[in-house]
Amino acid sequence: MPEQNPLSYRAAFNLIIKRDLKIAFRHSDDIVNPLLFFIIVVTLFPLGIGPESTTLARIAPGIIWVAALLSTLLSLDRLFKSDHGDGSLEQMLLSPHPVFILVLAKIIAHWLVTGLPLIFIAPLLAVLLHLNENSYGALMLTLALGTPILSLLGAIGVALTVGIKKGGVLLSLLVLPLYIPVLIFATSAIDTAAMNLPYSGQLAIIAALFFGSLTLAPFAVSAALKVSTN
Amino acid sequence: MWKWLHPYANPEVTYHFTGKLIPWFKYLSLALLSVGLVWALAFAPADYQQGDSFRIFYIHVPAASLSMGIYFGMAIAAFSSLVWQLKLADASAAAMAPVGAVFTAIALFTGAAWGKPMWGTWWVWDARLTSELILLFLYLGVIALHNAFEDKNLAGKAAGILTLVGVINLPIIKYSVEWWNTLHQGSTVSKLGKPSMSLDMLWPFLFTFFGFAFLVAVIVCIRFRTEILARNSMRPWVKSLVLAESK
Amino acid sequence: MQFDSISAFFAMGGYGFYVWLSYGVSALLLVLLVINSKLRNKTIKKHIAQKQKREQKLRQAAKQQAQDTTKNIDQSSEKTHQDSDAKEVLS
Repeated sequence: MPEQNPLSYRAAFNLIIKRDLKIAFRHSDDIVNPLLFFIIVVTLFPLGIGPESTTLARIAPGIIWVAALLSTLLSLDRLFKSDHGDGSLEQMLLSPHPVFILVLAKIIAHWLVTGLPLIFIAPLLAVLLHLNENSYGALMLTLALGTPILSLLGAIGVALTVGIKKGGVLLSLLVLPLYIPVLIFATSAIDTAAMNLPYSGQLAIIAALFFGSLTLAPFAVSAALKVSTN
Repeated sequence: MWKWLHPYANPEVTYHFTGKLIPWFKYLSLALLSVGLVWALAFAPADYQQGDSFRIFYIHVPAASLSMGIYFGMAIAAFSSLVWQLKLADASAAAMAPVGAVFTAIALFTGAAWGKPMWGTWWVWDARLTSELILLFLYLGVIALHNAFEDKNLAGKAAGILTLVGVINLPIIKYSVEWWNTLHQGSTVSKLGKPSMSLDMLWPFLFTFFGFAFLVAVIVCIRFRTEILARNSMRPWVKSLVLAESK
Repeated sequence: MQFDSISAFFAMGGYGFYVWLSYGVSALLLVLLVINSKLRNKTIKKHIAQKQKREQKLRQAAKQQAQDTTKNIDQSSEKTHQDSDAKEVLS
């Protein structure tokens, strides 16, 4: 006898997003700590390099983006670990819904609590680094398109390492090389914007990367989760 | 084709088959490498622009192209292991990863040692060197993932997924690094650009290239056999084989 | 032969250091890789052989113990003695 789906795909998707957001807001330090890390890393650079505004303005895009990569990496650990610990991850994999949808919902929820705040805080830090005034729009746009890619690609790494006890360092080794294209095109878009040139080419490539990873990454994540939960 | 391939999905058959291949590959590689290296070091003409430093080319380029070739081999193995559940493909991917990493390291090191007299510095953020460095990171990630799992079959599957993600990313990374390089650096004074090779240079290159390729085959076979033994340690044929060898 | 003398061969037209450094390091890395591959093969085989010997010992000990218990049902003092023997073998 075929079992009836109690939930439509959309309802399951929304349910998982709501659930993850609720859990995230209960442990609000999990949201705040990566943000604090982001801010502190960015403030360390002027202290290490010196206060000349021209140098800082030159390297500001790189600093903000590298800090964003690192703080995303720091928050990734939470994506599947607690669910793996209490067994709800296995329940999700066993549920009648396609894993693709559930995984995508979890990644989007993760981006909402870690990527989105970065976009709002980045302009403030850009002020500290004397970023060129023309670049603010580019900074926001690249972050808006780029941070989801970080969450999507990072999810693959987390899914692979979730069953391993000390997966944290390994995770960064696996994921950081995959982040390189995003870093390159995002910083170059901001640099181009500073020179008042059109940067739509770089944005288009980042968008392509975004849609590519949006369609492919959840498959890789679900395959990896099946391996690690075994 | 599948019927012909089928016996090689049996670990025991493959173990003995690769064992028979190793001596062939070994002597071929030794012969090609000794001829090729002597030719490259002593008899090949010096480059008119780079002088004798050009002799690094004869290991740098084979190592670089093999490092990429091994990665693609690993990706094919990972794909067939994930799609057709071939356990042997897993073992071969696990055998290839360290070999590829070593060849990437050789390509990087010889590239730096060539760059020092040519560019004046050990390291230039040249597009090819940079993507080679990132390739090394990908290899190290795969090896680390292999080592992180206790269960070899799980390790193989996880590393296979990572390899496939890497092989999709590799062209993107390569393209982005090339693009980044031309943007940030202006045009690098690239003396490493492809010279139109004369035959006196092409022949020793072919010899060293195939010599290194067969060397890769030998090492991969040895490691592959080790992986097969490790994964089948409870099988009777492995037990009797080990017993016969230890006596 | 491109070089007039052995010393010219080693000098490599002034690039000797870089050429020999790259050839040397490559050779070293490859030799290390080959040694590592062969050592791994040996250790795996040794590992399997050891495991097997241990299993055989365990099996023998179990068999002996089974025989002893059936034979020496009435000779209780001897039985405990041999039991401890079997346990020694087991450990």
